[in-house]
Amino acid sequence: MSNLEDLYREVILDHYRSPRNRGELPSPPAIRVEGFNPLCGDEITVYLDVRDGVLVDIKLTGHGCSISQSSSSLMSAAVKGKPIEKVREIIATFKQLMTVHETSLDEKAEPQPIDLRALGELAALQGVVKFPVRIKCATLAWNTLSQGLDELN
Amino acid sequence: MAPGHAVTSFDPRRVRADTPLLKRSVHGRTITYLDTAASSLQPRAVIEAMSRYYELRHANVHRGVYQTANEATSVYEGARESVARFINAPSGAGEIVFTKNATESFNLLAKSWASANLKPGDVVLVSEMEHHANIVPWFQLRDVSGIEVRFIPVGDDYRLDLTNIDELMKGVKLVSVTAMSNVLGTVNPIKELAKTAHSYGALIAVDGAQLVAHAVTDLVDLDVDFFVFSAHKMLGPTGIGVFWTRSAILHDMPPFLGGGGMIADVRTDGYTPATGPSRFEAGTPPIAEAAGLGAAVLYLEGLGMDAIAEHERRLTADALTRLGLEFDGRVRVIGPNDTLSRGGVISLDVDGVHAHDVAQVLDQFGVCVRPGHHCAKPLMRRFNLTATARASFGPYSLVRDTDVLLEALGHAVTMFG
Repeated sequence: MSNLEDLYREVILDHYRSPRNRGELPSPPAIRVEGFNPLCGDEITVYLDVRDGVLVDIKLTGHGCSISQSSSSLMSAAVKGKPIEKVREIIATFKQLMTVHETSLDEKAEPQPIDLRALGELAALQGVVKFPVRIKCATLAWNTLSQGLDELN
Repeated sequence: MAPGHAVTSFDPRRVRADTPLLKRSVHGRTITYLDTAASSLQPRAVIEAMSRYYELRHANVHRGVYQTANEATSVYEGARESVARFINAPSGAGEIVFTKNATESFNLLAKSWASANLKPGDVVLVSEMEHHANIVPWFQLRDVSGIEVRFIPVGDDYRLDLTNIDELMKGVKLVSVTAMSNVLGTVNPIKELAKTAHSYGALIAVDGAQLVAHAVTDLVDLDVDFFVFSAHKMLGPTGIGVFWTRSAILHDMPPFLGGGGMIADVRTDGYTPATGPSRFEAGTPPIAEAAGLGAAVLYLEGLGMDAIAEHERRLTADALTRLGLEFDGRVRVIGPNDTLSRGGVISLDVDGVHAHDVAQVLDQFGVCVRPGHHCAKPLMRRFNLTATARASFGPYSLVRDTDVLLEALGHAVTMFG
């Protein structure tokens, strides 16, 4: 079962059972973005309260598997209170973590070292890349967040 | 078993021995294949029929006059004969159109027959338990030609609620329903629905994808007007499906895809379409796949459809009983709890565990089930579900498969506490 334990780390199960930052924010003024995973029916709504270039608050609603739910919970904890530039950095690092699988198949591509310490608890999701079908579960919330930040411009 | 259907030689262990993929192991365990509703496994006879075509007979069909071209044509047309016999098509092979899959067959129905015959305001009556293949083409047609798409509701007993059928039938020109739900396992009363449809002057189309490999299909007895299915759900290969309709209807249907093979004549001022099934088979058809489909039919006939149906009924009854007894009610079956008018498709909702996580844990035990909405989102919404984990049986399934399923489910339930 070692593979399974790699996927379902204790941190992931904890965030699945007790998701952080669940709920809604009045929109407007908050940005409200919806994300769908048409293959498995997962749905997520992200609410973003951005003031003076800082993500002051983030709330999430929706449903999905433990990977999508814990990933969104971990994401909310990682980005809440951070300046938007920093949020974009975290998104980029996380997406890099999720693409390790693909780049490692391409021998020519020099894998970029990922600063796992900078990811904190998010590093628990790195086991997902061994299960390519589940990567889209882990990235749903992040893509939805990205979309929300794009609306800022 | 009914008299006259004396099939006594059926042995699922022999089917297992005939099926190469079942010898595989995954994650250190022998594979437990419970995803036949998504796609069935192929016996060696099917794989060999396809190899034989490529190794000995490969040529394009209906073209060359040389020996192998004749043989390829015989293989392709022979498969049409086999399919016609298998579903007891009233007028034989001339009514069998080969498509890519059941989905393409529904698109052919909607974009050819329905597009030519339905007027704005005419109603297509489907049901809440349909696969998207029998929903989306109708919405597409609605958006271009103003027809209405209406749904027969599904009751809390997971069966079609026909209480208000007379009301529902108002303005209906086509009833289009599944013979067996790919989520619930419910087998619908097709014969009765055909009578109802005809009494209102409507036609009836039937999605046979889930039924054909699991019970006897007799189109003369069912008295339906259109019938579609896919080869890969009946031990055949992917890439070929069947569209059946009565000769009289087929004859008047406008062509769907244009190209080579579907014409009688092409000039600089226009074209004349071919008659018969080839009118709807533009381009080089799936010849190897037809060879595989023909072999799958022969294989299933050899096992006996009655025997397969009885075998799967027993497996389903056993699984339903044991699922009901274990897990303290945490595992709920989304579908009828008895085996009357029900097939071997068992959708599970595990309390507190998402279907994808269930399936992921099951995979570690080598158990193949399908998590998700099964391309039936209206049905999932009807029961307030986003996804289920679905186990489904085939002629190669054994009670042992259910043993492993239950062992793995126990692990999933514990793991997510």
